[in-house]
Amino acid sequence: MAQRLKPVDVVTIGVGLTGSLAALELAKTGLKVVGLERGAPRFTVPDFQSPAIHDELRFSIRKAMMQDNVKVPVTFRNNSDETALPIRRWESFLPGQGLGGSFVHWNGQSFRFQVADFNYKTHIEQRYGKTFLNACGPELTVQDWDVTYDELEPHFDRFEYLCGVSGKAGNIKGQIQPGGNPFEAPRAREYPNPPMKETYFGALFRKGVEQLGYHPYPQPSANMSRPYRNPEGLDLQQCVFCGFCERYACEHFAKASPQTVILPALLKRPNYELRTNCEVLRINLDSTRKKATGVTYVDGSGAEYEQPAELVLITAFPLNNVRTLLLSGIGEPYDPKTGTGVVGRNYTYQTTGGATVFMDESINVNPFMSSGAPGTMIDDFGGDNFDHSQLGFIGGQYIGSIMTNGRPIEFHPTPPGTPKWGLEWKRAVTRHYNHTIAVQQHGTSTASRLNYLDLDPTYKDAWGQPVLRMTFDFPENDIRMSQYIADKVVEIGRAMGGKIVARGGTKRPYTTTQYQSTHNAGGAVMGSDPKTSVVNRYQQCWDVPNVFSLGASAFPQNGAYNYSVTIGALTYWALDAIKNKYLKAPGPLVQA
Amino acid sequence: MLTDGKAMADVSRRALIKATGAIGATMLPTALAIDAGSAQEHDHASPAPSNPPAAAAVPPQARGTTYLFFNNEEAAFIEAAVARLIPKDEQWAGALEAGVPNYIDKQLGGAWGAGERLYRSGPWQPGAPSQGYQLPFTPAELFRTALAAINKDLAQRPFAEMSPDEQDNYLKRLEAGGKDLGGVPSDVLFAHLLACTLEGFFSDPVYGGNRDMVSWRMIGFPGAYASYYDLVDQHGIKINRPPMSLAEHADGHIRVNPGIPAHSP
Repeated sequence: MAQRLKPVDVVTIGVGLTGSLAALELAKTGLKVVGLERGAPRFTVPDFQSPAIHDELRFSIRKAMMQDNVKVPVTFRNNSDETALPIRRWESFLPGQGLGGSFVHWNGQSFRFQVADFNYKTHIEQRYGKTFLNACGPELTVQDWDVTYDELEPHFDRFEYLCGVSGKAGNIKGQIQPGGNPFEAPRAREYPNPPMKETYFGALFRKGVEQLGYHPYPQPSANMSRPYRNPEGLDLQQCVFCGFCERYACEHFAKASPQTVILPALLKRPNYELRTNCEVLRINLDSTRKKATGVTYVDGSGAEYEQPAELVLITAFPLNNVRTLLLSGIGEPYDPKTGTGVVGRNYTYQTTGGATVFMDESINVNPFMSSGAPGTMIDDFGGDNFDHSQLGFIGGQYIGSIMTNGRPIEFHPTPPGTPKWGLEWKRAVTRHYNHTIAVQQHGTSTASRLNYLDLDPTYKDAWGQPVLRMTFDFPENDIRMSQYIADKVVEIGRAMGGKIVARGGTKRPYTTTQYQSTHNAGGAVMGSDPKTSVVNRYQQCWDVPNVFSLGASAFPQNGAYNYSVTIGALTYWALDAIKNKYLKAPGPLVQA
Repeated sequence: MLTDGKAMADVSRRALIKATGAIGATMLPTALAIDAGSAQEHDHASPAPSNPPAAAAVPPQARGTTYLFFNNEEAAFIEAAVARLIPKDEQWAGALEAGVPNYIDKQLGGAWGAGERLYRSGPWQPGAPSQGYQLPFTPAELFRTALAAINKDLAQRPFAEMSPDEQDNYLKRLEAGGKDLGGVPSDVLFAHLLACTLEGFFSDPVYGGNRDMVSWRMIGFPGAYASYYDLVDQHGIKINRPPMSLAEHADGHIRVNPGIPAHSP
């Protein structure tokens, strides 16, 4: 029997990027806020310190910072004719666990989505005509976000200054800036910090792409190029390029994370309470099923509690946001047979890949001197930055030399045709380890009616509740896109001086056995029509207006860039509406 | 009391490093795991963390690996197999000399071998390759089961007694799959064996492989610790310093600025 706790104003389900950011905004208004985090508490000191934090086996290979999949796995299949089976070990994507969530082990690759990303369907139809999308794939379910880039710009700006993003503006109020990304959406002002130092592999990439007439720029980074104090009064330090960033926490206070840029300000507020090791089982609804009364959760000892709250914010990893909605009976689950229902619809991912460029032995690449966002890159083939009219696909990818590390269990490249083991393999590893450059492709994932999330009919979590079932494969559109760009990357690899260039690009079927990206998106998407969206433009649930589902689960489809900064901006945007509209008159912020 | 406790910890750490100085502080974990006694006997030899692998010259049997998981027959196969997967060459030790069998033994005997972070609830059924590993075996069960089948299969002519070419051919047959090893498909066993061998060769020596950080010196990886702020824009610079293991910096934090806050929020 659940113990009923004293009611509070706000509860957040998860204390990662969106959960800590939302809690800080609302705690500032004086509301009593409780954060429920399923993982353990952890802080830069003492938890992220050396020697333990630089352990490749523990963190990269054994995934020590990731969601406990023994308790809560995800099942997977490529299409709805197959039987979904549990992903028994994380590999393709890595949802974080513990205070701070995935925003602790992220790389700090800090982009804003582009103008056309937010009105994607309208943009494609205006540029290429009404029939183009259908010709790219009749199964594609692309739609607009119902929020514009211009509306989000102040929130992007605020989030970048919170995180101390290091970069070079490419477009300030419509004026193209030398040295920046000319394809960047217009920003109000420069980045808060100058770009990171350019690595050798970045410089070689720059030289190659300049020969080909492309537009290189330094990757925006939430690892600091210099010491920085953020608007919350919290200090970040200069990144030392230690080469242990993604899949790790930063021991140096050099990477923006809840622990460095949000939590110290939040935890000192007496009206905020953090409860860790607390697994939320469901959101409770009243008899009308139009109002949430709070949440039910289990603490680390197994004791069950009911926490009444006026406002419930779902602030978990995107996949877990969708599962929470499904377990709580909020919104109609998507049915791929009829195309009706919304929860789980438009699940998207990321198209990744790239070339491996084998250089002369005289080139010491030193890949271990790196940070989480060390890239030099181009956006000439990003998003809709190039003419698609004769190409038969939509979408694009950025291309960049973004080697985040030289950690040898993960990184020991050999040219195509090398045996996988034996003396010849060993000699090839020795020859190529410090003389090889990875060039990455990273791009859009187009929504399809065939790809979705729902509850698994068979497999249960540690509390006996159904786990999330993922049905996903890359649409042919995305394969055509990625393979088109893979050719461009091979040309770049040769221009960089590559002796051997191993071609990359996304292939079908999508497989869970190889790391690709942790940018899982969609499933509780935003929009203007409750028939094709779970939440409105403020990420407020259409069906239960005192529940907001924050984060990338709201993306109607995924853009080309790494998505954390866009999540941050969207969260600030939603919180602005909650503070200035919802709290004054609780109820639907948009009439359906 | 806290002060006393810290002082004691410092003393014992120094004593430990002194005791194992003979083969370099880098050898601390494996030395302790394998043969702390012999480390002390060589107390007066000079530390040599950056020397070529003196250990490689010592016959592997003499390194005294204490197997906690493998039985003798299993260990014989593993030692011979990893020596083919990453062989010794004229310059660099191979997986056997690097202590990879010891690494695999400790992994299988520990939490990972028991199925840590492996979802283990049924129902069980074979999946598509894109769905990944779907067998009920933990890693420990998988190795135990498959190695028993291999050693039975090779009862007349144990793997360790084959010529290197015969061994390679047998490993290639396992890798190709199609051979049932007591319920473990041979390609699944091979994939686990190869992955573990690479881990043991390349991971930090604290885990009992990569003795003398031989793989890191072989490829030029400077190890677990680094502050490259001043070097990252010296493009193409050759790093010649010896690598560093986690064990070497048990007391150190690398900081750009000594004034970095060191407090919990």
